Amino acid sequence: MRSLAVKIAGVELKNPVMTASGTFGSGEEYSEFVDLNKLGAVVTKGVANVPWEGNPTPRIAETYGGMMNAIGLQNPGIDVFIKRDLPFLQQFDTKIIVNVCGRTTEDYLEVVERLGDEQVDLLEINVSCPNVKHGGIAFGQDPACLSEITAKIKKVAKQPIIMKLSPNVTDITEMAKAAEAAGADALSLINTLTGMKIDIHRKSFALANKTGGVSGPAIKPIAVRMVYQVAQATRLPIIGMGGIATPEDGIEFMLAGATGISVGTANFYNPQTTEEVINGLASYLEQYGHESIEEIIGAVK
Amino acid sequence: MMKKEKIAGIIKEQKQIATGIFDLWVTAPTIAGGAKPGQFVSLYTEDASKLLPRPISICEVDKEDGSLRLVYRVTGANTGTEQFSRLQKGDTLQLMGPLGNGFMSELPGTALLIGGGIGIPPMVELAKNRMDKNLIVSGYRDETFLQEDLEKYGECFVATEDGSVGTKGTVIDAIKAEGLKADIIYACGPTPMLLAIKEYAASAGITQCYLSLEEKMACGVGACLACVCGSKEKDEHSQVHNKRVCKEGPVFSAWEVEL
Repeated sequence: MRSLAVKIAGVELKNPVMTASGTFGSGEEYSEFVDLNKLGAVVTKGVANVPWEGNPTPRIAETYGGMMNAIGLQNPGIDVFIKRDLPFLQQFDTKIIVNVCGRTTEDYLEVVERLGDEQVDLLEINVSCPNVKHGGIAFGQDPACLSEITAKIKKVAKQPIIMKLSPNVTDITEMAKAAEAAGADALSLINTLTGMKIDIHRKSFALANKTGGVSGPAIKPIAVRMVYQVAQATRLPIIGMGGIATPEDGIEFMLAGATGISVGTANFYNPQTTEEVINGLASYLEQYGHESIEEIIGAVK
Repeated sequence: MMKKEKIAGIIKEQKQIATGIFDLWVTAPTIAGGAKPGQFVSLYTEDASKLLPRPISICEVDKEDGSLRLVYRVTGANTGTEQFSRLQKGDTLQLMGPLGNGFMSELPGTALLIGGGIGIPPMVELAKNRMDKNLIVSGYRDETFLQEDLEKYGECFVATEDGSVGTKGTVIDAIKAEGLKADIIYACGPTPMLLAIKEYAASAGITQCYLSLEEKMACGVGACLACVCGSKEKDEHSQVHNKRVCKEGPVFSAWEVEL
């Protein structure tokens, strides 16, 4: 039996495939489409210390080979998340990664502390949402700020922390190195790329927020490049994402240096994508005679 | 647990019934079997540049035959709906459904079924499923469609913006001109029309008023939180004043949502 198992910050996942935060709800919404027991991990939608209303609609628009969103991190808040969403996920044989968002350092710390005693395997810290003015983007675009918040979260976190990086920076390796130096256990990249779409008939912005985060297959080459760069620049395990829709896409990210791979936008148009990617990884190992998926991580130098 | 998935429907027939309006029958037994009036399906293009599903309301269901009728508007050149309009008998179409809650068709009493433009199609299956009296009011810009189908299931009234057919003006103008009285309102159409209907229902004292809303969707299954509408009370699921059009809707009581 060839092994698909990977290890991220000491946590063993049965396979590298997970769901990108915000595209899979709390897991419950897709549980009728996907056998959650098959996934390496479920990454939840971002949760804050209190419920967030999110942005006005329209919140999404289709773009060529992708989409743009400005949901604004609508979430039910940590109380309901712990009471309702976590117990649901805990029924399944998969790892749980909770995405944490906030407007201030204190917001993040509160959520991280609340999760300390819960059965959660890893925390993913969203310091890169482009759609909320104080949704952490300031933390994710300045190495000094990123370093500071990483260190503060690391001090209170009981689970390993994954810092989710923004691609909307001049040099993503600088951000990655700042997070690593401040004690991050892993990195996930990329969050969405800030974009804009204009409705030429209404002469207005397609999204109420004017700008939104572009995701989907159209951004994949940028994401693969950034994963490769960060893999060269740090020793941290990387969860790669950005347009993964097929097993081949996921393999590209792993060859570039990702240990985990997240399916995001593709869940919206093919809810079976995660399972298809898992099956495809197994076939790839077979085809090239690898005993373990770990052999292909960062194999392209 | 029953697994939900996208399925490949087979086109039975398709024709154009008005300018830019297409009438499609697709064989999809697993969807037709459980479909209710006011629910919708997600249609997927075969074009990798157009990824997101298109939510289209169910116009009619033939459970015995296992098929669905979808009447939709082509939204422009090079759009997903334009691609669907080229499908011919025997072609396959990827779809998922039925999605959303649908109308409560079983409510007793006289009902006003009000459709505006491309909000008219779901009124066919709703009218067909109702036991009591239907007063069906349709609002068009100019050209009418689906009137022969609607006439089978109730008394029909038309409003057109240019006055070429029926009352000149809005569906509310037609209701007032015809002196229509009802216990229940079901409506689907553009937001300004739904707002006017909500006001009319309040002034006429019609407390059972159900509106089918539309909003841009990505997933169609309640995960992405793109298609929310404002809710009067804090919503149980979201914990904020937001409801998901695809999941808690698309049909809401007029009094629970803020348009």
